[in-house]
Amino acid sequence: MPQMDLDFTDAELHRYSRNILLSDVGAIGQARLRAARVLVVGAGGLGSPLALYLAAAGVGTIGLVDDDRLELSNLQRQIAHTTDRIGRNKAESAAEAIAALNPLVRVEPHALRLDAASAADLVPRYDIICDGTDNFPTRFLLGDACHLAGRPLVSAAVLRFEGQLSVFRGHLGAPHPCHRCLHPNPPPPGLVPSCSEAGVLGAVTGVMGTLQATEVLKLIMGIGEPLDGRLLLWDALDARMRTVKLRRDPGCALCGEHATIQDLAGHA
Amino acid sequence: MQSPITLTVNGEAKALPAPASVADLLASIGLDGRKVAVERNLEIVPRSLWPVTPLESGDELEIVAFIGGG
Repeated sequence: MPQMDLDFTDAELHRYSRNILLSDVGAIGQARLRAARVLVVGAGGLGSPLALYLAAAGVGTIGLVDDDRLELSNLQRQIAHTTDRIGRNKAESAAEAIAALNPLVRVEPHALRLDAASAADLVPRYDIICDGTDNFPTRFLLGDACHLAGRPLVSAAVLRFEGQLSVFRGHLGAPHPCHRCLHPNPPPPGLVPSCSEAGVLGAVTGVMGTLQATEVLKLIMGIGEPLDGRLLLWDALDARMRTVKLRRDPGCALCGEHATIQDLAGHA
Repeated sequence: MQSPITLTVNGEAKALPAPASVADLLASIGLDGRKVAVERNLEIVPRSLWPVTPLESGDELEIVAFIGGG
């Protein structure tokens, strides 16, 4: 590990004072946040609170991937954006929000749709990758790219009034599961609805994106118990949150003994 | 003849003829396994083990929807 820079300006000490006061954070935790590079894929319902809390906490570099343009129907939940930015690229719009919240953060907007080539290029350039995307092909591409590049994946998903969250570090070997240990393959098109088809409560994306940010901050600082080998399930209507155990699947095509996925060739 | 297995599935009682696996449970409910994960006694059962994971009376199962919205 390179020598950590523990020098802070007065403005940094003031801005991050409530972080640094926490005994589990301190100046060392804050320095780790500043040195960290986090990639947020999807600047939507999950990515908005996620990127904003990472930025507010002082994560030094945040990459944002999104090729979509902001639409009026996004603003019910995608709170990094504003009405006057409708029509703009979402990665660029969220980058503006981050810059306004915390100009000390370096933001790297990537206005592109993740494909095998861009995933292979971008993922290794960041320490931790966050999945806040809205479709299964991109989720599986990103999950595979993280595993193959040896990067932790902090993955959240929402639909209607429900949220799910986990941290995948299958590249560390047993007992850590990878994303395909939970679901080996994406569902066939049409079997599982999207948020645009079935709806989602905006506050639910806010909670899940914020939990996702919390897991990222914990991983960066090395504090607490990461949500690794566990799946968090939240049902907003029941007001019930549960965490269940997630094992490595011995038959997993990505991390199992007889893994068949060795590269991203199976992805578009 | 063995007595049936009595389970709790998503909070509701369910009986299945013994012996039964996780895969048998999904078939009896008529659920497409490609859109769910199955949790048994607070653990997700890996997909490849569904056919060989026997169910026992008293097991608590939850069918967890596969979701991917953001």
